[in-house]
Amino acid sequence: MTPLVVIEGLSKYYLRGDQVIPVLVDLSLEVAEGEYVALMGPSGSGKSTLLNLIAGIDKPSSGTIRIGGIDIAALSDAELALWRSINVGFVFQFYNLMPVLTAFGNVELPLQLTTLSRPERRERVEAALALVGLTDRAMHLPNELSGGQQQRVAIARALITDPTLIVADEPTGDLDRATAQEILGLLGRLNDELGKTIIMVTHDPKAAETAHRLVHLEKGELVA
Amino acid sequence: MFVPLLVLKNALRHRLRTILTVLGIVVAIAAFGLLRTLVDAWYAGANASSSARLVTRNSVSLVFPLPISYAGKLRQVSGVTGVAWANWFGGVYVSERNFFPQFAISGASYLDLYPEFVLPEAARHAFLADRQGAIAGRKLADKFGWKVGDQIPLRGTIYPGTWTFNLRGIYDGAETSTDTSSFFFHYAYLNETFKQRYGRSMDSVGLYIESLEDPSAAATVSQTIDAMFRNSYAETLTETEKAFQLGFVAMSDAIIGAIQAVSYIVIVIIMAVMANTMAMTARERYAEYATLKALGFGGGFVALLIVLESAAIALAGGALGVLATFPLARAFASTIGSLITGFEVSRETIALQLAAALAVGMIAAAIPAWRAARLRIVDGLRAIG
Ligand SMILES: Nc1ncnc2c1ncn2[C@@H]1O[C@H](COP(=O)(O)OP(=O)(O)OP(=O)(O)O)[C@@H](O)[C@H]1O
Ligand SMILES: [Mg+2]
Repeated sequence: MTPLVVIEGLSKYYLRGDQVIPVLVDLSLEVAEGEYVALMGPSGSGKSTLLNLIAGIDKPSSGTIRIGGIDIAALSDAELALWRSINVGFVFQFYNLMPVLTAFGNVELPLQLTTLSRPERRERVEAALALVGLTDRAMHLPNELSGGQQQRVAIARALITDPTLIVADEPTGDLDRATAQEILGLLGRLNDELGKTIIMVTHDPKAAETAHRLVHLEKGELVA
Repeated sequence: MFVPLLVLKNALRHRLRTILTVLGIVVAIAAFGLLRTLVDAWYAGANASSSARLVTRNSVSLVFPLPISYAGKLRQVSGVTGVAWANWFGGVYVSERNFFPQFAISGASYLDLYPEFVLPEAARHAFLADRQGAIAGRKLADKFGWKVGDQIPLRGTIYPGTWTFNLRGIYDGAETSTDTSSFFFHYAYLNETFKQRYGRSMDSVGLYIESLEDPSAAATVSQTIDAMFRNSYAETLTETEKAFQLGFVAMSDAIIGAIQAVSYIVIVIIMAVMANTMAMTARERYAEYATLKALGFGGGFVALLIVLESAAIALAGGALGVLATFPLARAFASTIGSLITGFEVSRETIALQLAAALAVGMIAAAIPAWRAARLRIVDGLRAIG
């Protein structure tokens, strides 16, 4: 399989006063198209930082991140925003839904940036909600939904623009075991049936088992 | 449709906070409108007065009179087409609280000089035919429920005793800005009664009014008049009626300045309060703004949401504030009575009120919108949990 993500010599550090805090150090990684990767490691090892860099919402201190052949570290903020809206689906630990929008409105949100007509958007949103099994909750606000249901709405939102890459930062971190299994099952289907490349950060070994590959991060470096 | 709806839903998220903010703006905008209307009314008197009429008074002070004999000399001045005179009476009607201006006037010559006082022909005849007759402005007559034929008793303060007048007519204003809260009666009656009561005639008047053939000649005619009476025992000061009225206004310039300053300070205060509210609101939503940005929405879009929400709240408050100004102005006008006439909320004031409300909304949103636009996604996402 051709690699979708190619990371070379990636470093990320923060400056606090005259002190340099290294978070990621000269890191290289490849993720093949259609792969499902679990990223594990102790707290503070830099998992979220790496995921954010791959998703194009953070900028590296040095190194390149090629995704589908594009070096996203070289894009401007506006180019990066457009690139994300087309290529990346986001799933967060705390769902990050807009509290004033219904499930339908939240799933529709990324489509507001496209030129799709209202009926076209409606059709897509309904299909995505059906896929995550929330057709009957379309008109509910996030605070009227359980955590698992909210995460399913978030997954539908991540799917709606049909991106190649889905990034998930501890998507089950706030859910009980049974609900977590449901969400993991859903992510597995996205990978299996829809061929989405998924990179998931998790603390949960059971969750990591559902992935194809396990990547360990320790103090900003990958360990085999 | 998506953006306005999102803005509206966001604005209604914290109902109580939004209601209190709107209420604050309503109070500020209404206060601003009321104060401006007060200032407008103050100047309205001067603006309504004519620059085609001259006013001649004693050069020492308005409280010193001029001899009645000057009338004949004034009529001789070239460029002067009519001469009338008026004398301040300063009587009390029933109670001190019922203040309104009363003038003893030179009958027909005075009415001829003031075409803006519209009096029915029959009423004019009746007034001129009755030595004890009087006329009153529509606003004044309405206030006290006077009808033509009523007897109006005034207790003199400058001219002691009770003076009773027969109301012979009620005049209307030719323009809405024309003052219709004055009371006029015959100078001749004042002069004669004075003689009967005190054994000597007053034979003096407070001021003369001259109409001009050519308003642009006001300066030269004024100089001619004042030169004519120079070195006499009562020297004169002549100016256009407008300048004369503005002279009155100027006495209170400091007060008017203070009122104007307060009207703007009120706006600045509500601006600061709203800026604080918007900053708090925006800070609470950093995670949402970061999420929107992660999904591909730009910083400008996020800023727009904040600016539109702020502007919508401010304009809602502004519109309600404008509506509240009308009953407030009416209530204010009725307490203050006839002291200030022309107390009306002008279009300019309404426009200024709405502009001020919009400015409050935009400026209050400026810093939060700028911060949200520049917010780094990773920092914003960290703002939750
Ligand atoms: N803005 C920042 N300034 C300074 N240091 C930062 C900043 N953001 C992250 N870090 C540091 O980078 C390191 C890695 O953070 P990161 O969030 O990637 O860890 P993580 O592996 O996701 O941890 P967790 O499992 O707890 O989520 C941490 O030591 C953190 O303190
Ligand atoms: Mg993390």
